[in-house]
Amino acid sequence: MGGEFITGELIGVESIGIAMLWALLIPAAGSLVIAWLGRWPNLRETVTLVTAGALFIDVLWIVELYSRNGGTALTLWEIFPGLGLTFTAEPLGLLFALVASSLWIVNSIYSIGYMRGNGEQNQTRFYICFAVAIASTMWVAFAGNMLTLFIGYEVLTLSTYPLVTHSGKPEAIRGGRTYLGILISTSIGLLLLGLLMTWNIAGTLDFTPGGVLAAPLAAGAIGGPMIGLLLFLYVFGIGKAALMPVHRWLPAAMVAPTPVSALLHAVAVVKAGVFTVVKVIVYLFGVDLLANTPEANWLLYVAGFTIIAASVIALRQDNLKRRLAYSTVSQLSYVVMAAAILAPISVVGAAMHIAAHAFGKITLFFAAGSIYTVAHKTEVSQLDGIGRRMPWTMGAFTVGALSMIGVPPTVGFVSKWFILQGAMQTEQFVAVAVVIVSTLLNAAYFLPIVHAAFFRPPPDDDHAEHGEAPLPIVIALTVTAMGTIILFFLPDLPLGLARQLGIGG
Amino acid sequence: MIASVHFPILQIVLPLLLAPVCVLLRGARLAWFTALTASWGAFGIAVALLYDVLAGGPVSYAVGGWNAPWGIELRVDAANAFVLTIVAGIGAVVMIFARKSVEHEIGDSRAYLFYSAYLLCLAGLLGVTVTGDAFNLFVFLEISSLSSYVLISLGKDRRALYAAYQYLILGTIGATFYLIGVGLLYQVTGTLNMMDLAQRIGGQEDLRGVHVAFAFLTVGISLKLALFPLHFWLPNAYAYAPSAVTGFMAATATKVSVYVLLRVFFTIFGVDFSFGQMPLGEILMILAVAAMFAASTVAIFQNDVKRMLAYSSVAQIGYIVLGIGMASVTGVQAGVLHLFNHALIKGGLFLAMGCIAYSIGSTHIRDLGGLGKRMPWTAAAFVAGGFGLIGIPMTAGFVSKWYLVLAALEQGWWWIAVLILLSSLLAVLYVWKVVERMYFQPAGGTGETVERAEAPLGLLIPTWILIVASIWFGIDTRLSAGAALEAAKTLLGAG
Repeated sequence: MGGEFITGELIGVESIGIAMLWALLIPAAGSLVIAWLGRWPNLRETVTLVTAGALFIDVLWIVELYSRNGGTALTLWEIFPGLGLTFTAEPLGLLFALVASSLWIVNSIYSIGYMRGNGEQNQTRFYICFAVAIASTMWVAFAGNMLTLFIGYEVLTLSTYPLVTHSGKPEAIRGGRTYLGILISTSIGLLLLGLLMTWNIAGTLDFTPGGVLAAPLAAGAIGGPMIGLLLFLYVFGIGKAALMPVHRWLPAAMVAPTPVSALLHAVAVVKAGVFTVVKVIVYLFGVDLLANTPEANWLLYVAGFTIIAASVIALRQDNLKRRLAYSTVSQLSYVVMAAAILAPISVVGAAMHIAAHAFGKITLFFAAGSIYTVAHKTEVSQLDGIGRRMPWTMGAFTVGALSMIGVPPTVGFVSKWFILQGAMQTEQFVAVAVVIVSTLLNAAYFLPIVHAAFFRPPPDDDHAEHGEAPLPIVIALTVTAMGTIILFFLPDLPLGLARQLGIGG
Repeated sequence: MIASVHFPILQIVLPLLLAPVCVLLRGARLAWFTALTASWGAFGIAVALLYDVLAGGPVSYAVGGWNAPWGIELRVDAANAFVLTIVAGIGAVVMIFARKSVEHEIGDSRAYLFYSAYLLCLAGLLGVTVTGDAFNLFVFLEISSLSSYVLISLGKDRRALYAAYQYLILGTIGATFYLIGVGLLYQVTGTLNMMDLAQRIGGQEDLRGVHVAFAFLTVGISLKLALFPLHFWLPNAYAYAPSAVTGFMAATATKVSVYVLLRVFFTIFGVDFSFGQMPLGEILMILAVAAMFAASTVAIFQNDVKRMLAYSSVAQIGYIVLGIGMASVTGVQAGVLHLFNHALIKGGLFLAMGCIAYSIGSTHIRDLGGLGKRMPWTAAAFVAGGFGLIGIPMTAGFVSKWYLVLAALEQGWWWIAVLILLSSLLAVLYVWKVVERMYFQPAGGTGETVERAEAPLGLLIPTWILIVASIWFGIDTRLSAGAALEAAKTLLGAG
């Protein structure tokens, strides 16, 4: 029963353990300060921005320390004998943390513009929950074993629930029910079962390069069908990855304010989902082990099906945010499919696509929210000619859309390139076909919006006088749109991390 | 130390002797103070005993110097030291809560009766837990039962009288069955001391008398611990009893009965007989799974939150019994651990209901609208306790479920693992029904203004002590899971 409460190296500024703890503490402490300063909105928002900035710097510092000394595991304490609350820095987690922490800054700027522009209620609660959600995202990113990750995953679900139901209206409560219902029931009913079974079989849940199931498989304790079953439990248990048919929470959560949609779709929630899927495939199952298990092949087809089916549904949505939501469902399955191709190069693509989709999709949501704030338009069919009044917004939207389609010079091209390479190398032509067909579909549901916004005349009955969105919104969406392009030309930082993952896996 | 030798008996004598003192003192404040001293004293002794036992092995005490098997032996090992700690601990925390709550719900003029009955009930429960004598156990069981009928009937609602009467009938049947069982065992073996019984039953397992005793004991104890479908007394008793009584009983009375189950079937009859020759494991597991689903489903449709939580208790007892029914070290560990964790969670939740009853005057779900704003601390306590019931990570409920599922997987019963997790999703439904009402509905249709109506600190602090404990034991499990493991080893090793 005894033993040290905290194990691992914790001394000195150069300690990566300390830096990781800070990544959890900064947003957590930020949420407390925000709660305390709730009465003074300007001060409160300053705290949000300062916290976001500090977190980003801390994550950069962790990346720097990692490149110098490599990662070490930090165990806070053991929850169960031999199974602790452990944090480790590894390339995929660093990449996810970088994406989430950098986009939190932009999203905070945007939130300020949006929440004030729309005169939303309960803004303090909003910023508190946001900070808690980010803290749990960092927890997920740096989790060193599956139990630790699971805890962060659940906290993330619970902390985003008040954000989804922010307005408190009946439709928000209904959306919240779907959101919580699907995420909690999949995570407790399937994911928890999967991880308990893994623990029972392998005796460890540590994320290990090459996976933890190889030894029990070699010893004959489990067979191929068991691995297929475990994969099923994990992949559908991670409801946040929105693989069909557990994707329905994502469109349901569209009732939330737009910054929350951005948080769900780009910064934290769905990314935590696909991140966990990739993490499980690379570090619990092991790429090689799955490649040699025919019972695990189905994942590729399920992911491919989701990509195509969600795109087809997106094509038929008139509500802009719903169209974006189904686009997210489709794009998430790119990541899952890339991991399921099980080639090192496609794993690089999976990691890159987490970053690529994050920047592209947040831009699109920012644009959608910008249109709603200024013009109060929510449907695609209402957007004729809006590009002339809101050139920045629709310009950014165009960049985001191009990245979704995968057109250079946007970062969406980079990740698709790696995924295609992996599919070619392993001669999985189904995957190649899926990528090609879905690219066409993406173009089919995004380009008409761009065309309508810039080249169609505004409708005659549109007398609403409005110009561009408030400055914070414009700044935010311009920054992320530029990020989408910059990452195409300078992909070194994310790609470097992603490549290490490919080698490690 | 001389005093520490007498700890097992002091544990019972302290509340037993101070109970009449409460009646003599009469004054509500004085009686409360006496009861507080007694319950905290008992808790202190229980903790000391737990440490003694974990460090130095079982403690045996011969009452009046008469050695076993002629005299009554009090015997504390890892299993009952752990149960003792939780019972005495809850008793102590609820006593802080009782002052304000009793003043409000029972009134100062009758408060001394409450405190006196409360101490008797506590003494009875502690006595059941420490005794090593099967007949003595019955005596203490009756002390606690009789005083709990009084406690329940003190409820404000007149239906409390009916609830107490119903409990009286069923509780008496349960106790009688237990007594018949013990009598038959005495006929076969000629002894009442548990350790002695265990030895003498060996070799006589084929006697019909032993089988009949086994059957009577099973039904009698199952009635007392409200195992589905023998739970009918429980929802009414919990719903109409005074808030402090519900909090205390929910966290202790059924838990002590679970302990009796463990003691009788593991120590006296032994695992090989109970679970090998007799189909106890199958019976317990089937009933437990039925409880988990049926009671949770009924809970979803309850409109009084106290009743809802009562049905949830029946379901949670299912989890405890399920672990015990597996009769493996991990299974029994999970059962004992959940006994501990659920006592904290459900105690905290019922105390939160007590806070609501104090401020709003009702625990009906329609009156809970806007509670998130009116009683933010109480509402937050309910949410945190609710997370524990669901088994969200970092709560005690998660830890119990973890061990329970693991125990099922160890045996290769993956379908039971699936059922455990599926049934915990039912808890999401009934907890969230209340959460949505508290946070998304405006204050009820009575036209009240939405003012802060938070419960006084005297109620909030004990509530939060239990809630914080339920979170603490979800994060640091060394004490709880470690002690539960020791308890399981002791119980299985003894067989």
